[in-house]
Amino acid sequence: MGLSNKSKEILAGPLSKNNPVIIQMLGICSALAVTSKLEPSIVMAVSVTAVVAFANVIISLLRNTIPNRIRIIVQLVVVAALVTIVSEVLKAFAFDVNKQLSVFVGLIITNCILMGRLEAFALGNGPWESFLDGLGNGLGYGIILVIIGFFRELFGSGTLLGFQVIPEVFYQWGYVNNGLMILPPMALIVVAVIIWVHRARNKDLQEN
Amino acid sequence: MEELLSTFMRAVFVDNMLFAYYLGMCSFLAVSKNVKTALGLGVAVTFILVCTLPINYMLENYVLKEGALSWLGSGYAEVNLSFLSLLIFIAVIASFVQLVEMVIERYAPALYTSLGIFLPLIAVNCAILGGSLFMQQKAFANAGVATVYGLGSGLGWLLAIVGMAAIREKLTYSNVPKPLKGLGITFIITGLMGIGFMCFSGLKI
Repeated sequence: MGLSNKSKEILAGPLSKNNPVIIQMLGICSALAVTSKLEPSIVMAVSVTAVVAFANVIISLLRNTIPNRIRIIVQLVVVAALVTIVSEVLKAFAFDVNKQLSVFVGLIITNCILMGRLEAFALGNGPWESFLDGLGNGLGYGIILVIIGFFRELFGSGTLLGFQVIPEVFYQWGYVNNGLMILPPMALIVVAVIIWVHRARNKDLQEN
Repeated sequence: MEELLSTFMRAVFVDNMLFAYYLGMCSFLAVSKNVKTALGLGVAVTFILVCTLPINYMLENYVLKEGALSWLGSGYAEVNLSFLSLLIFIAVIASFVQLVEMVIERYAPALYTSLGIFLPLIAVNCAILGGSLFMQQKAFANAGVATVYGLGSGLGWLLAIVGMAAIREKLTYSNVPKPLKGLGITFIITGLMGIGFMCFSGLKI
């Protein structure tokens, strides 16, 4: 690959050490709300990655022409336009998932990852780095989403992507799906466990 | 009257923005370190919800919805602008946030400094756009109900963030496992509070 070290750093940092969800505390709202099944989690992860990468590129191209005072409104308009496109695409090609995601597709606009990355990175860097940064952060967000979705669907409904994973025999032996996993509060606790594991392995991330 | 009351109670307790839909989580986690700041942010969010919901309701019903423009004449009856709703809602919200920011900076500079970056970020607080989007989805009967819904969701959010801040102030003195300190334990507490709030879910008023 023709990527320089710096580009690799930009792309890989957000996957673990600088993860947007569990380190920077960004984009948590949607990470929790759509993850009761694996499929919407994946769709959401892809949508956010696409929006954040392209919004980063556009803002980075415009960065020298936007007056500082109105930059938030300009950013919101760019993001809102991209999200409208994503939402129309989802309505056309994945109507069922779009229904499950309901208002959360629209809420990508207010996903803090977007504003956070636009403010912190795209306003000060060139389009190519910004694209990589957006991609990296989108993927970092996506990984967390997929992990949460995986565990919640597996333990909550015994399925993955709608296919039965836990064998019928288990149910006859008395295994019961944990209904609590489907409910909203458990998402928070799953995230807490991910943070726990992640910080136990990376001691330098622990807070005092 | 009954409808107003039940919308209000549902918005505060049953469909609590934070515990039922996780909206406004980012600022919730970041600003809930002490009660005073939390209260300030909660009031600002409630105020913006109350102001923007009726405006967005009017826009939705008289401009954006399919057939909403029919008051202009029969030629406009088939215009459907609903694909613009995200853009318009966020524009209304962003301008209101700018306004509140200026007012707070002028009259409560101490609060202004302690809220820091989270004041302009109210514009991207999901609870506020979420309020408008749920309003669109629920199709309320009139602007009054929409306003009450805004007030209810704002107060529900305020309740949640103030409660959380109070717990976190006490938490400073407890012995939490190192990797869980800070963010981790906050998540667990939010989860437990959410389970607590679920006891309202069967409530009918």
